Amino acid sequence: MQKQQRKISPGRWIPTLRSEKMPHRYIRCRDALYRQSSGESGSRGLPGRHLGKSGSRGLSYRELREAWSGYLFLLPSLLGTGIFVLIPFLDVFRRSFLRAVGSGFVGMENYRQVLTNEAFRRAAGNTARFMLFCLPILLALSLCMAVLVCQVTHFQRWIKTGFLMPMAIPAASVVIFFRMLFDQKGWLNLLLRQMGLAGQDWLTSGRAFWVLSACYIWKNLGYDMILWLAGLGAIPEEQYEAAKVQGAGAWACFRYITLPQLKETLFVTALLSFVNAFRVFREAYLLAGEYPHESIYMLQHLFNNWFVNLDIQKMTAAAVMLVIGTGAVLFGFRRTGGGEG
Amino acid sequence: MEKGKRRAAKWAVWILLCTFAGIMVLPLLMLCSDSLMGSRELEEICGAVLGGQGERAGFRFFPSYPTLRAYVRLLLDSPEYFTAFWNSMLQTMGVLAGQLLTAVPAAWAFARFRFPGKKMLWFLYMLLMILPFQVTMVSGYLVLSGARLMDTHWAVILPGIFSTLPVFILRKTFAGLPGEVVEAARLDGAGNVRIFLNIGLPLGMPGIFSILILGFLEYWNAIEQPMTYLKTEARWPLSLYLPQMVSAETASAFAASIVTLLPAVLLFLSGQEYLEQGIAASGMERAGKLKKVESG
Repeated sequence: MQKQQRKISPGRWIPTLRSEKMPHRYIRCRDALYRQSSGESGSRGLPGRHLGKSGSRGLSYRELREAWSGYLFLLPSLLGTGIFVLIPFLDVFRRSFLRAVGSGFVGMENYRQVLTNEAFRRAAGNTARFMLFCLPILLALSLCMAVLVCQVTHFQRWIKTGFLMPMAIPAASVVIFFRMLFDQKGWLNLLLRQMGLAGQDWLTSGRAFWVLSACYIWKNLGYDMILWLAGLGAIPEEQYEAAKVQGAGAWACFRYITLPQLKETLFVTALLSFVNAFRVFREAYLLAGEYPHESIYMLQHLFNNWFVNLDIQKMTAAAVMLVIGTGAVLFGFRRTGGGEG
Repeated sequence: MEKGKRRAAKWAVWILLCTFAGIMVLPLLMLCSDSLMGSRELEEICGAVLGGQGERAGFRFFPSYPTLRAYVRLLLDSPEYFTAFWNSMLQTMGVLAGQLLTAVPAAWAFARFRFPGKKMLWFLYMLLMILPFQVTMVSGYLVLSGARLMDTHWAVILPGIFSTLPVFILRKTFAGLPGEVVEAARLDGAGNVRIFLNIGLPLGMPGIFSILILGFLEYWNAIEQPMTYLKTEARWPLSLYLPQMVSAETASAFAASIVTLLPAVLLFLSGQEYLEQGIAASGMERAGKLKKVESG
């Protein structure tokens, strides 16, 4: 505990840093520079004057100043986030232990109700299933596409445009196309019938899950591909050349050079794909409404319906659980080597 | 022999990629082609699905009698559509302006300064970025109804401004700026604000453009937020109004869809370069690597 405090307090923390990391001569030289520059510009005389008085306190002053500037730059965003999300979330937390009417304390009752709620279980299960199914497919497919796009030299720009295009098309516009495609009387069944196969009921049966997965992958393939391309481009060309000289094949190169160096990219790509996966609610909602087939009834639908029915108690408890769950996952993720992310 | 094989492989890759890219843009092409159909042709093709009459849908890649009738109808006699269009513009632009003022300095703070509690705050921002809207919906609702802002444009704009995704994307761009330039400016006596305005902003422009484009695509497409916070239909953005319109007037539904996606797609096409750079930067740890990507 004490160690922690010592680290945070700038007065104690920085002089040690200075004596450890910086040679004395360098500091004196830099202080002189500071004095000079402040004398010339005049407008920023304060740090120079301070430094002039005592060299040892100068650095700590600078660090303090840096921290303050950091806070100042962060302030507008932090203030807004505080007002719109953080502080009200405390209220949500408080309400999750209260009764709906009046303000009686009910302990974990709301949580128990949510956890035993069948709709919640199904929705949470569906969301997890969707993530577990779609994320690996999306990540693998977009990596394949990125590797292929790397090989192509002509018209690379146009291919990228094609892949990124779905990102720009609003769900509200494209949903009319999806309806034409996946309706029972729609284009896909028309095609199947012409091939001599039986038409399927795509939107109001368990197949809705596949339809939604396809929509998600369609929308996010380009975005992920660009992320992978950046990762691939960062691997030095010489490594491949060296491997080729030693007789490594294309697959060996990919397996032992490319893949290990894509770890960082994988983390970010997975994270952003995860974030985007929640947005698939838009397509689901526009295609199938508030109560879609149970195979695509997600947590987002459930929250939405609770909200419409003013079931605030369940909502608050579920929100608190989701935040804690997501926080734990993120924390674990970063611990296991995600780095700064 | 070897050479022929390699060429064949190249063609295979090329064809595969083109097929995929074709599938990706197919919806857009179909929407375009259908929007040029006359109302009778449209009914023949889509009546079964959208109107509920007829046995099955028809399929035609090109309209037999291309006409701009649907667009004319949309432009001349659907004032509600234009109300929704301007609502969308207002809400999207409001969010973007706010993000410029808050998210850009915040990203600068995370990228360039050391301060106590930074790690914890960054964790918090990442968490907020990941959480779906539905989780923070209640918090937002409590504040907005407390401030009597529900059912106004502000109800969509204000929470949108403080989304943390742009901070996440932009931080990488700022962190990748060459440290020497900033250090040199500091030695020349530039204050933190001067450095931010004169060095950070110009050098970080690609990143800023890319968060603006991404933000536009995101809020032009917003459905959850307006659906939750807006009750009056006259304040609905396009993304909410359009699905309703599709079932009411099939004849101009495709034209309306095209006009809706037009601003987003045009912006995307004109800013694709920046968008790619910004997305790529968010995936990189050090931007020294990024430089190589751009030049290579």
